[in-house]
Amino acid sequence: MTSKYSRFDKPARAENIFLQGARVVDPRHGTDQVMNLHIRDGVLQPTTNDAPTGAEIIDLRGHWITPGWFDLHVHLREPGKEVAETIATGCMAAMNGGFTGIACMPNTNPPLDNAASVNWVRDQARPFPVDVHIIAAVTRGRAGKELVDMTEIVEAGVRAFSDDGSPVKSSAVLANAVQYANMLGARIFEHAEDTYLAEGGSMNESEWSTRLGISGMPTIAEAIDVARCVLISEFTGGAIHICHVSARESVELIREAKRKGIKITGEVCPHHLLLTDEACKTFDTNFKMNPPLRGEADRQACWDAFLDGTLEVYCTDHAPHSWEDKTQEFDVAPFGIVGLETSLSLALTHFLSKGMSLPTLLDRAVYSPREILSQPQPRVAVGEPANLTIIDPAHRWTVKPDEFKSLSHNTPYGGWELTGRARGVVHRGMALIQTF
Amino acid sequence: MLGLADYSAAEIQTILDTSLQMRDILNRPVKKVPTLRGVTVVNLFLENSTRTRTSFELAEKRLSADTLNFSASGSALSKGETMLDTALNIEAMKVDVVVMRHKSPGSPHFLARHLESIIINAGDGRHEHPTQGLLDMLTLRDKYGSLKGLRVALVGDILHSRVAMSNIIGLKKMGAEVIVCGPSTLIPRGIESMGVEITHSLDDAIRRADALNILRIQLERQTAGLFPSLREYHKYFGVTRARLEQASAPLTILHPGPMNRGVEITSDVADSEHSVILQQVTNGVAVRMAVLYLLAGGRAEPSA
Ligand SMILES: [Zn+2]
Repeated sequence: MTSKYSRFDKPARAENIFLQGARVVDPRHGTDQVMNLHIRDGVLQPTTNDAPTGAEIIDLRGHWITPGWFDLHVHLREPGKEVAETIATGCMAAMNGGFTGIACMPNTNPPLDNAASVNWVRDQARPFPVDVHIIAAVTRGRAGKELVDMTEIVEAGVRAFSDDGSPVKSSAVLANAVQYANMLGARIFEHAEDTYLAEGGSMNESEWSTRLGISGMPTIAEAIDVARCVLISEFTGGAIHICHVSARESVELIREAKRKGIKITGEVCPHHLLLTDEACKTFDTNFKMNPPLRGEADRQACWDAFLDGTLEVYCTDHAPHSWEDKTQEFDVAPFGIVGLETSLSLALTHFLSKGMSLPTLLDRAVYSPREILSQPQPRVAVGEPANLTIIDPAHRWTVKPDEFKSLSHNTPYGGWELTGRARGVVHRGMALIQTF
Repeated sequence: MLGLADYSAAEIQTILDTSLQMRDILNRPVKKVPTLRGVTVVNLFLENSTRTRTSFELAEKRLSADTLNFSASGSALSKGETMLDTALNIEAMKVDVVVMRHKSPGSPHFLARHLESIIINAGDGRHEHPTQGLLDMLTLRDKYGSLKGLRVALVGDILHSRVAMSNIIGLKKMGAEVIVCGPSTLIPRGIESMGVEITHSLDDAIRRADALNILRIQLERQTAGLFPSLREYHKYFGVTRARLEQASAPLTILHPGPMNRGVEITSDVADSEHSVILQQVTNGVAVRMAVLYLLAGGRAEPSA
């Protein structure tokens, strides 16, 4: 059975809906109670016991409603690799995963390194209840040499710059970028990697790379760049966000930097919290990503840092690749896995049971990412625009990559049994509410 | 057979025992049996190796299999075809066994997921080279009767060596001790987890080992900055008669070939009475016959 709220390609207007009986959790604004939400034209109305006349009633007893989740690290492949993902399919994947906001990386072809392309991407995303924030390239063409026209791009609404996919190799360019962005109230997102140390590698350098005969990328390839970022941030006073932290040494450097008051933030992906490099032993390319899956000590360090807020952002590094590209020899296949449609469920299944509270999880998945992008926080309160993620915390399901809304199915979680799933999102005056 | 990692000691024992029967065939005046008549084997060598390919080809012919050689140069792969398409094309030709050499670690595992055929790994990158491991074990077993308690030192570029990896896995399973010896930059991270000892002193290895398996050193490792020069390598890790004379008993010398004489091994060592390098070559054919027979024997004509 499909309702008018279950179409991913054409989300319905949230004209007059009554979300009944869900637990509404908005920790930063002191809300945690079972209540009804009435939304008219996308705006939260005063709470009533009974549905106002004409409102469509959606029974959400046993569900949770939180402010909309945000994924700070997503790759949409358009322009350039539309066979793997488009802005539209990326938005649909985000909706299916319970996200009302994503930030997409600029390593498309051509790269997003100017205001026009930033605006173009945002236009493509307009039909969906998903805010697509663009992280623009740091350097023209991501070539690592000249800074992009930062002021113009910031005027177009961008608050972050990154050459992700690669680090900014030159420390001089990075230092200048950080200073210049700081002047504009923006920050640099660094893909931390010493490319010389990681050169030729396809997985973590470890006992497992040795056993499998796969060239390794040592943890210090990441940590050395983190150290460089810490020093540059301290020296320039500008903020740097470290992408997809995976190594114990990186965590230690970030924790120490924060203790000193240096403006370093960090993010972590579910795969670095849940998997280790041993997973590569079947040569399945769905376990090949960059930074790679690390050892158990690294995984544990990332988890501890995620719990204590050293790594304050939960993101996926959603990296779609076509079946053809991933179905190759391990060392030949590209790095990356999709993440949007499993992220929330993995968190509910594996993090809450391991001692993370729901408010802390929402801090990492709702508030911190927006804070880092200098965006206003969504708030579940009367008169506010509805920006909501609807979650069925008890729904048990099996990950079937073929059912993803993403064009790509490169996930290491196929067949995983998860408990808890996004049932929908309400945002930008639109609603998507699935029936399972 | 994707790698020795998947095999038990008992299975390795069976392969080595079967190899002895196969070697008997090689020593007959008529060196051919009809065992694999009607079985088609493709030698898919996507990385050049005349030696291993010849050895497999001979083993296949001795068992009367139909063989087909497919090499990297001139193949569709050099024209941009994916390995999967190449493999599916081969499969569509209805072959039984694919013997595969490829530079990517895990490529035979990849192929095995997509093909019905029996896959035999003839070397995947720096991962494994199981038949080489087996022939080295057979050669040592010939000499010592058993591998249990034997101490074997692998000398040289352990990091890039599939031969080292299959030797370590196989020898450890058969109860031998393994020492790896080489410059620190050529010893891969975490190898001690495989139950081997590490030494950077060739003299130390020579003092303690019963046999030395000397690995080929490649010049490009030097230009990659992994060691200073071939001259320095030879001085500290080259196996010479003078160094060997420090041992209390003569060491058995193995080398998987091709040798860089005067670099990792000197000629007086390679050609000495303790060298079993040529026995290794003979055993290579016997071991490959055994593997083909054990894996594909069931696919042969019933009359054979
Ligand atoms: Zn990255």
